[in-house]
Amino acid sequence: MSGPSAYVPTTALTRWLDTRLPVVRFAADTITNFPTPRNLNFWYTFGGILTFCLGVQIVTGIVLAMHYVPNSDLAFNSVEAIMRDVNYGWLLRYIHMNGASMFFLAVYIHMFRGLYYGSYKAPREILWILGVIIFVTMIATAFMGYVLPWGQMSFWAATVITNLFSAFDQVVPHLGTAITTWLWGGFGVSDATLNRFYSLHYLLPFVIAGLVGLHIWALHVPGNNNPLGIDVKGPQDTVPFHPYYTVKDLFYLVLFTVLFAVFVFEAPNMLGHSDNYIPANPLVTPKDIVPEWYFLPFYAMLRSIPQKLVGVIVLFGSMLTLVFIPWLDTSKVRSSRFRPIFKWLFWILVVDGIALGICGSESVDANFFYTPIPAVWVARFGTLYYYAFFWLLMPLVGLIEKPDRLPDSIAKPVLAK
Amino acid sequence: MRTCFGFGFAFAVILGAATAASAAPGDPLPPKTVAWSFDGPFGHYDRGALKRGFQVYTEVCSACHSLNLVSFHALSEPGGPGFTEAEMKAIAASHKIAAGPNDKGDTVDSSGNPLTRPGTPADHFPPPFANEQAARAANNGALPPDQSVLVKAREGGSDYVYSICSGYGQTPPAGFTVMTGKYYNPYFDGWNISMPQPIADSSVTYSDGTKATIDQECRDVVTFLTWAAEPKMEERKHLGFEVILFLLGFSFLLYLTYRRVWRDMH
Repeated sequence: MSGPSAYVPTTALTRWLDTRLPVVRFAADTITNFPTPRNLNFWYTFGGILTFCLGVQIVTGIVLAMHYVPNSDLAFNSVEAIMRDVNYGWLLRYIHMNGASMFFLAVYIHMFRGLYYGSYKAPREILWILGVIIFVTMIATAFMGYVLPWGQMSFWAATVITNLFSAFDQVVPHLGTAITTWLWGGFGVSDATLNRFYSLHYLLPFVIAGLVGLHIWALHVPGNNNPLGIDVKGPQDTVPFHPYYTVKDLFYLVLFTVLFAVFVFEAPNMLGHSDNYIPANPLVTPKDIVPEWYFLPFYAMLRSIPQKLVGVIVLFGSMLTLVFIPWLDTSKVRSSRFRPIFKWLFWILVVDGIALGICGSESVDANFFYTPIPAVWVARFGTLYYYAFFWLLMPLVGLIEKPDRLPDSIAKPVLAK
Repeated sequence: MRTCFGFGFAFAVILGAATAASAAPGDPLPPKTVAWSFDGPFGHYDRGALKRGFQVYTEVCSACHSLNLVSFHALSEPGGPGFTEAEMKAIAASHKIAAGPNDKGDTVDSSGNPLTRPGTPADHFPPPFANEQAARAANNGALPPDQSVLVKAREGGSDYVYSICSGYGQTPPAGFTVMTGKYYNPYFDGWNISMPQPIADSSVTYSDGTKATIDQECRDVVTFLTWAAEPKMEERKHLGFEVILFLLGFSFLLYLTYRRVWRDMH
């Protein structure tokens, strides 16, 4: 859809600018005039919401960095000083803290939406892969950010996650230990670790911003997918991005900020763990080391495997798997609306993700959510389904499933309504 | 739909069974639920309770527990106990803050005691013990935790701290032995707590005439500690109400705009 530019400069200044640095043309082509399928629904507003989340995290983060002290003796108290003595410091910190949760909430919805409507299929493979890279970078950024307040959960989360790399000792003796020592900058999680995590936590959001630029670029070449998953056939199928989608995105963005504000102002610590208000203590291990809610499904997969190296491979493999989705799905039909079997498998995957999240929040030896079933077994079957969904069911279902008849064009069913 | 109900029923049965299975010895009781003045979106701290709680902290808790993160000036700030500036300065001055070396380089006075000076509004509450080892030595090996963010650092928050505070004086169940040097408190994980019962009836004498029962004193001190952990809560909830109201109004206007823009497309 990135056809010839329809922009015509109308003033002397814009004509002058257009032959030197055509920024106005660029903005007009990518934001104002950009032809967008007319049938995008609510679930398509999360791209804009995510851009907002990134902006909020960067702006609040930069101001927090002006007051935060990345030193293992001072970090905890510097965060509390922000909460108590910096003007609106409590607001900045609670926005940043809950902003991470909002960011992940939005990204999970965005990813599941892409999965449901087949937005990863040709010609949008690179768009999807860039999204996966952004997701993984977000995980790294959020993890390192969680370490910075230097509470008990910060310290022990850092210890557990960096220790994952020691599993490589089982491949090459001493290799894993060497990697962890290198990551720590010492022989344990220490001041050096905190400092480098702070440095990288400041860097990575800008890397994400760059990747988001590429992601949007890759979106603008083939244009948006849509809930019907069929290609745009002509101008009758599209509307200009502005004002149609600017207003729609803005409306849902503001609704999203209502939810955001409820967390920030009414329940700012609900999504966090109380142990992180205890200063880090290398000599006292918390009863349960629990990551933030958005990592729980992956944490459950890791813990469900008794063999450390296999567990680590399963953990990283679960993210790497996402890269291959464009080629694992053998169906020619994009949207799950027209895929009677895949649709069900998709919803089972959603439930599977939630179940894995619950498993991750339980202690290792607990039973699953008020049932007598051990959580670890639910996590094992959940992990199995996750892998089976992508590596077995996705290729298979595409071959055997008989999709429903696709509509002739986007405009037709929209107008028929 | 019927399967949904079926699942729901099975779930309820399992839930009931799991709840009925009683806790093992040492499993803490769930905290008592207290109706706090600071609960809910319009919650605010009861000023009287904050002042009385401050008295309980000063006369009882501060013998062992530090309040390292709280500065004296906070005592007279909006949303806090509401001391006047003069009262706050007097409270600050009544505390001795470690000073020295002085301009001669001395760190101790002529009788060998560390130099101190009266506190100022910018100072934080000084700790009761010089260091962790001194605190442990005076407390049978246990370390009394700093109380600045204690309420936020415990699952169950204010309810939990209140339950611990008021959870003493009960007879342990038959067969459960309280360890030497420990005390029985069924709200504490493991039931053996290192802190002896901190508060009894009339541990303090309230100047406002409130009867100092255990319950009253615990409520008051927990209100004070909740403020200590979250001194900007009133400002937060007040601003939050305005922000959310604005966002809802704004989203309504945007909804109208959205409908208007899309009117001809559907």
